[in-house]
Amino acid sequence: MKVKVISRSTDDFTRERSQDLQRVFRNYDPILRPQEKALEYQRALNAAKLDKIFARPFIGAMEGHVDAVSCMAKNPSQLKEIFSGSMDGDIRLWDIAARHTVCRFPGHQGAVRGLTVSTDGCILVSCGIDSTVRLWKTPVASFVESNAPIKTVEPASVYVWKNAFCSADHQWDGEHFATGGAQVDIWNHNRSQPVNSFVWGSDTVLSVRFSPAEPNLLASSASDRSINLYDLRKATPLRKLIMQTKTNSIAWNPMEPLNFTVANEDGCCYSYDLRNLDIAKYVHKDHVSAVMDIDYSPTGREFVTGSYDRTVRIFPNTAGHSREIYHTKRMQRVFCVKFSGDGSYVISGSDDTNLRLWKAKASEQLGVILPREKKKHEYHEAIKKRYGHLPEVNRISRHRHLPRPVYKAAALMRDMATAKKRKDDRRKAHSAPGSVTTKPLRLKRIVKEVE
Amino acid sequence: MEITHDKEALPNRKPPTEQDIIDELKLRSKKYLRGKGANLKGLKDKKLRSQLVAREKLYGESAKAAAQAEKWIMPSDQGFLEAEGLEKTYRIKQETIAREVDILSSRNQYDITLPELGPYTLDFTPSGRYMAVGGRKGHLAIVDMMNLSLIRELQVRETVRDVAFLHNELFFAAAQKKYSYIYSREGTELHCLKDHGSVLRLQFLKNHFLLASTNKFGMLLYQDVSTGDVVGKYRTGLGRTNVMQVNPYNSVVSLGHSAGTVTMWKPTSSSPLVKMLCHHGPVSALAFHPNGHIMATAGKDKKIKLWDLRKYEAFQTLPGHANTLEFSQKGLLACGNGSYIQVLRDVSGAQNYSSYMTHSMVKGYQIGKLAFRPYEDVLGIGHSMGWSSILIPGAGEPNFDSWVANPFETPKQRKEKEVQSLRDKLPVETIMLDPSKIGTVKFTKKEKPTVEKMDADMEAAVEAVKGKKLKKKTKGRSKAGKIMPKKQDAIATAKRPYLEQKIQEEKKASSKKQKTNGGVELPKSLQRFAHKKPSS
Repeated sequence: MKVKVISRSTDDFTRERSQDLQRVFRNYDPILRPQEKALEYQRALNAAKLDKIFARPFIGAMEGHVDAVSCMAKNPSQLKEIFSGSMDGDIRLWDIAARHTVCRFPGHQGAVRGLTVSTDGCILVSCGIDSTVRLWKTPVASFVESNAPIKTVEPASVYVWKNAFCSADHQWDGEHFATGGAQVDIWNHNRSQPVNSFVWGSDTVLSVRFSPAEPNLLASSASDRSINLYDLRKATPLRKLIMQTKTNSIAWNPMEPLNFTVANEDGCCYSYDLRNLDIAKYVHKDHVSAVMDIDYSPTGREFVTGSYDRTVRIFPNTAGHSREIYHTKRMQRVFCVKFSGDGSYVISGSDDTNLRLWKAKASEQLGVILPREKKKHEYHEAIKKRYGHLPEVNRISRHRHLPRPVYKAAALMRDMATAKKRKDDRRKAHSAPGSVTTKPLRLKRIVKEVE
Repeated sequence: MEITHDKEALPNRKPPTEQDIIDELKLRSKKYLRGKGANLKGLKDKKLRSQLVAREKLYGESAKAAAQAEKWIMPSDQGFLEAEGLEKTYRIKQETIAREVDILSSRNQYDITLPELGPYTLDFTPSGRYMAVGGRKGHLAIVDMMNLSLIRELQVRETVRDVAFLHNELFFAAAQKKYSYIYSREGTELHCLKDHGSVLRLQFLKNHFLLASTNKFGMLLYQDVSTGDVVGKYRTGLGRTNVMQVNPYNSVVSLGHSAGTVTMWKPTSSSPLVKMLCHHGPVSALAFHPNGHIMATAGKDKKIKLWDLRKYEAFQTLPGHANTLEFSQKGLLACGNGSYIQVLRDVSGAQNYSSYMTHSMVKGYQIGKLAFRPYEDVLGIGHSMGWSSILIPGAGEPNFDSWVANPFETPKQRKEKEVQSLRDKLPVETIMLDPSKIGTVKFTKKEKPTVEKMDADMEAAVEAVKGKKLKKKTKGRSKAGKIMPKKQDAIATAKRPYLEQKIQEEKKASSKKQKTNGGVELPKSLQRFAHKKPSS
C-alpha cells in the first residue's frame, strides 16, 4: 500500500519574521473560480463607474491676461513652458507646473495673432494686427519661485511690414518661419523682409503650419474656404483644396507624416491624406459650433480641438466622434488649444482671458504611481476594453454631462440631419434609379481641388 | 526497499524528449483554455480578424504560462492511495492509513463524542480553516481546524437544524426552531431572520452574498446578507424538503423533493429553471461536482444516480441508500448511510464511478452530514453521537490560491478580502444555468411567417379596412358609386404589402432552385434526376 495525504506545515506557508512580506501562492485552476465571467463583467462595470468618479480633468486656470487669449505656442525644448498672446498685445510666458507667469514680452500695439518658437527653443516669433513681426530671445529656463517678480523682455528685432498678420509658424529643423496675412510670407531670422511670398487668390490667410516631417512643406488655410499646400523650394504653391466652409486651423499628424487634420467652421474636423485630397480620410463630428483651433498629441493617436461652443474636445485620430469633452461654467469661446509636450495635459486659451490646464485622460491618477497601483490600472483598462461592447459598460463609459446649450444644439443638429436624410431618401425613392446619388460625408463638404 | 527499486528502474528510464514536454504542456494547458478558441475562418473583416487572432494568441500564451506554473511552481502534490498486489483500496482501514502518514495528518482522525446534544451538522469555511458545528439540541460551536482548538461554543436551548458560514469565519447562520439567526464568531446574536420561518436547510452563495433557505412550508427564500433585502421568496409547491444544495459552478439552488423530482432555482424567477424526475420515490440527498457538470442524487428507491448536467442524463446508477452525499474538490463522491460511509472515485475520467474507500462508524451511529474539508484530504462527519473526521487521500485540492481562499489568512488579509469580495459582489441576475453566456451575443432567430399565417394576416388587414366607416360627405361625394371604388382601393392598398412579400419570396425560391441546378437547364426528361449527385 502506498499512501500520501496533503500535509502542510505552517512554517512553509507563513512568513518567518513580521518584517517579511506575506507569502502568496497561486493556483490558476478555473474550478477554484466559479462564475469568473460574471465576476469579470462586474469588475468591468465597477471600473467604468470608478472612472466616472475619478474624472476630474480640470487642474487649474492661469490668469493674468486682461483680454482674450488669441494664440499659444509650445516651447519644443521645454516641457513646462508655454507662451500665450492676447488680444491687447500682451505676450506671456507661463510656467505650467507652478501655473504662474514667468515673464512678459510687451511691445505689440494691437492683438497678437501669431506666436511660434524655433525648434531649439531660443527664439520666439510673434506677429499681430499692428503689421509687425517681432523676434524675442526666450529667457533661459531656471527654477523660479512662485512669488518672484515678473520679468519683462525687450524684443531682439522688430520688422514692420505692409499688412496685418493672422498667424505664424516656425519651420521644424531650419531657420525659416512663415506668417499668414494678406499672403503667405516666408521669413528668415536675420532678414527684415520676407525671403519669399506665396499668393494664390486675394483672401486673407488664416493659418499656416509647417509639416514636422518635411521641413519645406507648408499648409495654409485662407478665408476663401481654401486649404493650400506649398513647397518652399518651389516658386509656386503646390495644391489647393476648396471646401464649403472655411478652415480655421490646421494640424499635421506628428507620427504619420502624410496626414493632417483641419478644423473647420462647420463644427467638424477633417483628416486628409496629402496624396489624395479629393476625399477626406475621416470626418470628426461632435462640436456644435465652429472649431477654432486644433493640436495633435505628440503620439499622433489623438488630437485636441477648441471650439466656439465653449468646449474643448479630444478625438482619437481615426474615430468619428470625440472621446472626451471638457467644459466649465466660466470658460467662454475657446480660441486656442495645445497638447503638452508629453501628451498628458491639454492647455486651452479662451475669451475669458484665462488659460486652462486639463488632464488629457480625465480620470488619470497624477503623481508617483506604485507598481501595484499601476498594475491595477492596467487590469481595469484591460477588462474595460474586453467588456466595453456590452451595453451597460458602454453606456456608463460613454456618458458625458453636457452644458444645456451644447446638448440642445447637438439635439437640434441631429434632428436636422435626420430630416435631411429622410428627405434625400424620399427623393431618391421617387426618382429614376441612378439619377440621384448620395455623397458620403467625407466627400460632401469638398467643393473642388485645384492643382 | 525504495532505493533498490529506483536503481532497477533507472536504466529503463529515458529523459523526456522535446515532443513529450510539448505534449504534456498541451494536455495541462487544456483546462486553462476554457474551451475551444473562436473560429475565425469565415470572418471577412480583416482588421477584426487580426485583432481576434492576436487575442486568441494571448489566451494561448496565458494558458501555457499557467500550465507551466502548475508543473513547476506548485508547492504541494496531490494525495493518493494505491493498492499493491491483491490489496483493494476499499479494504484499507483508517488505522492502516494512520500508521503510514505523518503525525500532523494523523491528528485529523478523531471522534468527538457528545451523545446528549446530537445529531450534529457541520459546515466549513471556503478555505477549510474553520468549522461550524450545530447539535440538534442547541449546541453551536466554531472550531479552528489548524490547531483543533475550540474558538467559541454556545448553547441556544432550541432545536438547531442547520448551520452555515457566511462569507468568512466571523459570521455564521443557524437555522433554529422558529427563526434563523446570524451569530458572530464570539457567539453574539447579530440578527434574527424572521422572514425565513422555521428553516430546514441553509446555504450561502458567497459570490452573491445570498443566504438561501428552505423551510417547513416548502418555501425557498433568498436574502442578501450585505443589505438585508429579501431577494426572492418562492413557494416550491412540491412539499416540505430538507434536501437542498447549491451548484458551485453557477450558484443555482437545487431542491430534492419527496415525489422524486429535483428542481433548480434562481432568485429572479418564481418557477424552477429545471424540473427533472430523478427517482421513483423521495430524493434523500443531492450533491454537485465542483465543475458543475455532474450531479449525484440518492433516492429512497435504493438508488444513487449520477447525472450529466450538460445533457440532463443519468450516466451511472448505483444501488444503495444514502442519507447524505458530498463531492470533494477533486471529484470524490462520499455517500453516508446509517453508520457506513462509502467513497466513490472516477478512476479513468470516463464517468465511471467505483468504490474507492469505505469506513464504518460504531454500530448505531446515524450519519447526518458529510463534508469534505477544502484543501485537505479530510472528510468531516456529523452523526448522532457527535462529530468525527477521517482521512480520504486524494480528496482535496493540494494547492490553494492566496487570493481565492487562504487557510493561513491573517486578520489583515481577511479584512482586505472582505472589502474586495463586497466590491465584486455579483447581482442576482448573474445566476443562470450557463454562466459563460455572460458577455456573449444572444442569437434571436427571426422566424419566417408561414403561408397560412400570412394569409390570415392579410385577411385580418382586409377585414379591418372593410369595417372602417367612411366619413359622410356632401355634394354627392358619398354616393354608392363614389364609395365603392374608394373601398376597393383601400382593400387593394391593404393587400399590397402581403402580396409583394409573397412575390418576392417566390422569386427568391426560384432563384435558389436555379442555383442548385448549377444554372444549367436540363431537358425535361432528365430534370427528375437533377437533385442527385452525379456519379463519378
